Amino acid sequence: MALLNVNHLKVYYPVRGGFFRRVVDHVRAVDDVSFTLNKGETYGLVGESGCGKTTTGRAIIGLIRATAGEVLFEGTDLTKLRRREFHPYRKDIQMIFQDPYSSLNPRKRVLDIVAEPLRNFERLSPQEERQKVQYVLERVGLSAESIYKYPHEFSGGQRQRIGIARALTLNPKLIIADEPVSALDVSVQAQVLNFMKEIQQEYGLTYLFISHDLGIIRHMCDRIGIMYRGRLVEEGTSEEIFTNPQHIYTKRLLSAIPNADPRERGRQEALRREVEKEYEQSYSRYFDANGRAHPLKPISPTHSVAIP
Amino acid sequence: MAKQTLLEIEELRVSFRIGDDYYAAVDDVSLAIGENEVVALVGESGCGKSALALSIMGLHPPEKTKIEGRLHFKGTNLLSLSVAELNRIRGKEIGMIFQDPLTALNPLMTVGRQIEESMDYHLRLSAAEKKKRTIVLLRKVGIPEPEKVYHRYPHELSGGMRQRVVIAIAIACEPALLIADEPTTALDVTIQAQIIGLLKELQRQMKTSIILITHDLGVVAEMADRVAVMYAGEIVELADVDTIFHRPLHPYTRSLLQSIPSAQTKKERLHVIQGIVPPLHKLPRRGCRFQPRISWIGADKHESDPKLREVEPGHWVRCTCYQHFYFPDDQTVGGIGYGAS
Repeated sequence: MALLNVNHLKVYYPVRGGFFRRVVDHVRAVDDVSFTLNKGETYGLVGESGCGKTTTGRAIIGLIRATAGEVLFEGTDLTKLRRREFHPYRKDIQMIFQDPYSSLNPRKRVLDIVAEPLRNFERLSPQEERQKVQYVLERVGLSAESIYKYPHEFSGGQRQRIGIARALTLNPKLIIADEPVSALDVSVQAQVLNFMKEIQQEYGLTYLFISHDLGIIRHMCDRIGIMYRGRLVEEGTSEEIFTNPQHIYTKRLLSAIPNADPRERGRQEALRREVEKEYEQSYSRYFDANGRAHPLKPISPTHSVAIP
Repeated sequence: MAKQTLLEIEELRVSFRIGDDYYAAVDDVSLAIGENEVVALVGESGCGKSALALSIMGLHPPEKTKIEGRLHFKGTNLLSLSVAELNRIRGKEIGMIFQDPLTALNPLMTVGRQIEESMDYHLRLSAAEKKKRTIVLLRKVGIPEPEKVYHRYPHELSGGMRQRVVIAIAIACEPALLIADEPTTALDVTIQAQIIGLLKELQRQMKTSIILITHDLGVVAEMADRVAVMYAGEIVELADVDTIFHRPLHPYTRSLLQSIPSAQTKKERLHVIQGIVPPLHKLPRRGCRFQPRISWIGADKHESDPKLREVEPGHWVRCTCYQHFYFPDDQTVGGIGYGAS
């Protein structure tokens, strides 16, 4: 069942110039993106910096205004709602941010940080509130006493778990995780990723997982959308994308990942050269005259590619 | 390896002052870098890999740092040199590539000027010669239209181009040794692949040795000849790259390899290394430093004063705990190639 439908989402920024600073052009940060999130799945949005994946996530949660298109959450179009009407939906959609050092207020105690969403939505007595906060903190593996500590008293991984606890307090349906582990060391990263999988099972969460790290994406995601210059160029199950990539950009991205086996060195280099050659030769097949990718076309029930 | 040694690090200890005491961030490290060899230093943050590299360049603030041991570079001990003498070597014989190309470049100077700056210092060249050489360098690092880029400022270039400029500065005087501190961490994967290709190409062409510092084991697998795995200031395992990835011994190396999600194969669960790298002033100074993080391995399995020992030709491991190590959660052996297809 679809929890979220993103239809023809566009986020354009005007470029002003010339006489009277008129709008002369637009930066198409997100350019006609459509995808569906099913309940309980993890959908990965992948691409390089500047491809519009973060903007897409932020437009869904309403942090950035969509220029056009729909964001249907359980059938309601969030982009058409007024601020007051949007309020109840904020409870259902939560966000985990990239940097656990800047996304927690250093002057607040953990109790106040984690309770903030509760205070916005529920009227609880201080005792009830504390109990609830302690409950979620224990769920994310932090001790109940940590509520009176400040963010700087925690390590990077623990802080990220505080961020996750804050996202969980209101029992959301959808969590948008924007590069949730890229600021963390590998061992801590593994801990947070395992933990995100566990709570997904337990709470039946749906994730929109935004990342540039294809190893993590493969580990976490059921379905994947590859973004390039504001557009989706390929979408499919994790298996389809990694074993049978069709779009030249996907191939290029996959071949660029360092191979963690030194014995594959020669083969990886040869593959990269081959893909690079194909990229140069067939660029015009995959992109139109303006360098925009074509609309997605299904090639199997689950696999779509941007080809003419 | 029958290569000539270019840099010999001997019993290096780098200590930082915290309060009134000095704490060693790099502790008794000995390592030889051969000519035209790529040696990778890997480990989590706080393991001392950058502290080691910066001590080679002499970039630690002297009032807060104590450096002991010897760094023999082409026969001279870098640690015995005065600042003036060191300045003749660093930038010329030893080049450094920094992690973040945006902060490593001066925003107020054109690309051309920044590359020429180190030539001013080390080489006697006329303005025309310098410019010619700079253009050649820009072309060498794969920058299109070098004549135009010569006059550009860093902010006018993309991240990948900036990192190429940083590399051009590092190789401007054709150093014998390049220290690359997380050279691709700030870059996108496709750009990363290009930069790795470029560094490998330069190493082949110029016969440079590279000390590669990174936490990305994929980059290590693609570039390194030998790998030194560092934990809490010490080298815990040292071997050629194939051995490290296919037959690792030390529990830390094996745990690291198991904790990384791979794009080539899929694992259900990632291995989590318990605990954290202890902060400098809380480091255990006796016994096996990795012991607290593999608590299920009995204390009697560790040595009381573990030393780096050669267990087979060219393969060095610290502490005997590797002989008893197993993963608590599953049947993983630790190392790629096992179990995964």
